Amino acid sequence: MIRYFFTRLAGAIPTLLIIITATFFLMRAAPGGPFDQEQTLPPEIVANLQSAYGLDQPIWTQYGRYLKSLLHGDFGPSFKYKDFTVTELIGQGFPVTLQLGVIAMVLALSLGIPLGTFAALHHNSAADYATMSLAVVGIAIPSFVVLPFLGLLFGVYLHWLPVAGWEPGSLRHLALPVIALALPPLAYIARLTRGSMLEVLRSHFIRTAFAKGLPLHTVILRHALRPALMPVASYLVPAVASIMTGSLVVETIAGLPGIGRYLVQGALNRDYTLVLGMVIIYSTLLIGMGLLVDLLYAWLDPRVRH
Amino acid sequence: MDGLADEAARRLRSNPAAVAAVAVLCAIVVLTWLGPWISPNNSQTLDWLHIAARPGMQSSHWFGTDRLGRDLFMRTLAGTRVSIAIGLAASVISLLVGVSYGAIAGYIGGRTDHLMMRLIEILSGLPLIFFVIFLTVIFGRSEYLLFFAIGAVGWLTMARIVRGQTLSVRQREFIEAAIASGAGTGRIILRHVVPNVIGPVIVYATLTVPQIILFESFLSFLGLGIQEPGASLGTLIAEGAGEMEAAPWMLLVPGSFLAVLLLCLNIFGDGLRDALDVKDA
Repeated sequence: MIRYFFTRLAGAIPTLLIIITATFFLMRAAPGGPFDQEQTLPPEIVANLQSAYGLDQPIWTQYGRYLKSLLHGDFGPSFKYKDFTVTELIGQGFPVTLQLGVIAMVLALSLGIPLGTFAALHHNSAADYATMSLAVVGIAIPSFVVLPFLGLLFGVYLHWLPVAGWEPGSLRHLALPVIALALPPLAYIARLTRGSMLEVLRSHFIRTAFAKGLPLHTVILRHALRPALMPVASYLVPAVASIMTGSLVVETIAGLPGIGRYLVQGALNRDYTLVLGMVIIYSTLLIGMGLLVDLLYAWLDPRVRH
Repeated sequence: MDGLADEAARRLRSNPAAVAAVAVLCAIVVLTWLGPWISPNNSQTLDWLHIAARPGMQSSHWFGTDRLGRDLFMRTLAGTRVSIAIGLAASVISLLVGVSYGAIAGYIGGRTDHLMMRLIEILSGLPLIFFVIFLTVIFGRSEYLLFFAIGAVGWLTMARIVRGQTLSVRQREFIEAAIASGAGTGRIILRHVVPNVIGPVIVYATLTVPQIILFESFLSFLGLGIQEPGASLGTLIAEGAGEMEAAPWMLLVPGSFLAVLLLCLNIFGDGLRDALDVKDA
């Protein structure tokens, strides 16, 4: 098991390298550069800037240099946010984004799984239909529509929660963005859990468990839940990707100082190092999540242990 | 096949949620077409006397106007039209690419299949938003590119579903009969494999449309999609979210249109899945 994990970990490195390389050259292939402005700069200044950032070197030299500084844990200087390194920018924003994402994910799992189980246990009842109708609404309506609507209702009309803004450690400011972000994966997880739970509940070992006279909650928690969570486990990677994508807009709408805005802005500004840094952070998170899911599989279903 | 289609249509008709969703979708489509005839306004004219006017029946601006005095009813309809058009066009692209890719991989099998599926695995491991952002940044922001960029990333799941179906169809006797009678690989894939995987394809294609509409609005919301003075529901929602406190209708009108549109498409797709009894879409 441990050996398998390390093989997978080693396999992740070439994947990451391919992503970094592709992003590096794609960004350079884009027309325009980081120092393009409304008014054109004198050529001497441009040349100075280029050499200060090493952009006058051949592209392979630049690539080699970038990889070397990456190995030292240095993401390089930002081209647009002068006086900031990419490490500083990401280091400042990432805790906010991480906090937002983790709370949303925990919320989605801790409400989605019980809701799905509840619907499966009351199969074809009014409660089942109600839960699944809500799930369709949650899946269909994107977070960038939900969040302004929530802001309008709870912020502008009811004055319960702040519409936007950020204070360190203030959960009130995180409440609406977290709900908006958690809703789509929550609904999807509820639907997945319901579907697989219905199948598991029909299987023989569950019938045996009931026949032994075990109470309902024991059957569900001890026997049914683990196999029923397999599809949820495979959904975790797409869920993380969806929360990441969602946080790009949610942070902008809610005015949170996370790293979401850097990806699109950085790409538009041709801030090469910032975009690379963002892509590396996001890909590492996703690949890491994939590894975690593999471990989770082995725990959920002993038959897949390697 | 006809009997099967009739049976599916009958089951779809007995699903009240799906029927209601289809009715609402038809109403929205008809409204976007008829809009220019029922309203005296158009989506571009600036009405300087009614800047950020409230919705109401007193003036001709039933849904109010935006910061530049443009009629919100007409702008929302124009945006809905753009969103639906992109949703359909990009779905067709992802349908064509996904079905051919999946059918070829599944039918040829072996090492080709392995390689083709490995590529899909790598691509689907990344947030698709990366690709689209890079494509729009490199090639500039154009509406045609938007169709392609979104269509090009939407085919992955489709290809996977079609491949799975093809693998099971390949084992059947009529494929063997076709091979025995001398049909070529291309002909077998087109005439024998594809028609037999059509059920899941229809269901998944229906569910692709709302995903693509959502994705397009998301890109437009970020400023990477449709550009001013054009409008899509995403750009309108982005504008509205900025004016939320002063002019909430600017958010509520396009937001509700998008929400209802996506909801109905999803309900219709789910209904179709139940009617055609497809498991893995």
